[in-house]
Amino acid sequence: METLLNRYRNLSVLLLLVVGQLLLLAWQVRAGDDARLLRMWAVTAVTPLARGIEWVRGGAGGFFTEYILLRDVRQQNRALKEEVGRLRLANRFLKTELEMAERARALELFRERTPSKVLAARVIGTSSGLNSRVVFVDRGSADGIRKGMAVLVPEGIVGKVVQVYPTASQVMLATSQGFAAGVISQKHRVRGTLKGMGSSLCPVDYIGNEEKVEPGEWFYTSGDDRVFPRGLPVGLAKTVQEGRGGKEVILEPSGLRGGVDEVLIVVEGVHGLVPDPPRPSSNEVQILPPPPPDGEPGEELTTGNGVVTTDADRLRERYRRLGDSQGHNFGRNPGRPPDFNRPLTAAPPPAPKPDPEEHP
Amino acid sequence: MTGYDDHLLRTPSKSRISRHPPAVWILVPLAAILFQVYVPRFVVALSYLELPLLITVYFSLMSRRPVTGAVAGAVIGLLQDSLSHQPVGLFGISKTLVGYFSASVSQRFDVENNLLRFLMSFLLFLFHQVLFWVLTRSLLGEALELQAPQTVVYAFLNAVVAVPFFLILDRLRTDTR
Repeated sequence: METLLNRYRNLSVLLLLVVGQLLLLAWQVRAGDDARLLRMWAVTAVTPLARGIEWVRGGAGGFFTEYILLRDVRQQNRALKEEVGRLRLANRFLKTELEMAERARALELFRERTPSKVLAARVIGTSSGLNSRVVFVDRGSADGIRKGMAVLVPEGIVGKVVQVYPTASQVMLATSQGFAAGVISQKHRVRGTLKGMGSSLCPVDYIGNEEKVEPGEWFYTSGDDRVFPRGLPVGLAKTVQEGRGGKEVILEPSGLRGGVDEVLIVVEGVHGLVPDPPRPSSNEVQILPPPPPDGEPGEELTTGNGVVTTDADRLRERYRRLGDSQGHNFGRNPGRPPDFNRPLTAAPPPAPKPDPEEHP
Repeated sequence: MTGYDDHLLRTPSKSRISRHPPAVWILVPLAAILFQVYVPRFVVALSYLELPLLITVYFSLMSRRPVTGAVAGAVIGLLQDSLSHQPVGLFGISKTLVGYFSASVSQRFDVENNLLRFLMSFLLFLFHQVLFWVLTRSLLGEALELQAPQTVVYAFLNAVVAVPFFLILDRLRTDTR
């Protein structure tokens, strides 16, 4: 036996390694465990390095880039370029600060607005697989993070925590293969299941052809999956078409549109409401202001009962006043009519006249 | 047989047996893993690079010992597995076989030939991806899709990177005859 092993030493070692790893795989699949000790060692070894690199990049990377640029330019015009460089550096620094402050403000606003209890975290690395859609964040079990917690940004959901280590956690992005979340459409309240497919767009399954979904319609979390609280934005329906087994709806996740740097982890989720679709506001229909009253400027036409309303009323009132100013009584003294071209002089409001039929 | 064929099929006993300091065996794979974890976050265009695989191929080719290649592949693969979200062992098994095969090939060919290095990197990348896909589907029952055209392009790009990368790693050798 020993001779046989020595003779086939290479093959024996290969078999030993492959069978050992197959057993490890089988044990993980069967027991539902995931070689936690091995992962913890690896993550604990890599996380400080990743943090260090991130710190160096964030703090000093920009400075050195600018410094090197400045050195090159200084050769051409030392004094002028020094000034420009300083301004650029300051501008860049301020812009970065402003962007960071805006991001932090948006996150803080969202934290205040959302009823769920959330914890801010920073992405420090991606997973090691080719084209992986899994990231590491700098919050772990020491911060109260647990497996299965939802991860989001104000623009929408990002993913969920799939592994937790003392100093870091692994987050499966919504676009990752194997990701699933319950969603509901905003306008027609159609329920479905969002699935990650490893690409930037995600299909929504289990929507019947008879259901009504429109392209451009927003989808929100339904809360059915017990991971994401109800009412968080998920994404916009890019394409909607009828398929064999049901409607084929493709979403573009709104939380992953511009990359992910800072995220919020939902520590205690509270279900919210799916907002109603926006109704067309009155601003979309232009309505002119009411027209100015007719007549000459300064001319206020009123009747005994109050302000005249129609053009016929105004004309009648104007003629009555012209008749009064020229001593003409319409209907009583037939003869020469009053001059309607004379300008109307301001006349005192007409006194109530006695009825000629009552007092002849 | 031409002179070039003779050069390509030169037995390793006539070639140099390359050695690397222990620090290189530890730090280079670690750096490759760290690269895989960190760099694609900022340079998405580099996410196609499978540096841990290239490192496995290089160390296996240069060690010329199938046992060393298999063990190196297993360790690098398991480390990569432990930083991914899938069960530990998938990358491990794939890279164990890659290490074993590349070390076996190195016993028959001149591994310092750049064309051979290019071809080995290209073929082993394809082998690694297909094996990973088979293992994921058969052992875990996951519906992972193998995007063949994309995989071939990635294999080509990795092989292109492998040639200068291996030349750089050659500089870290402490060779003996």
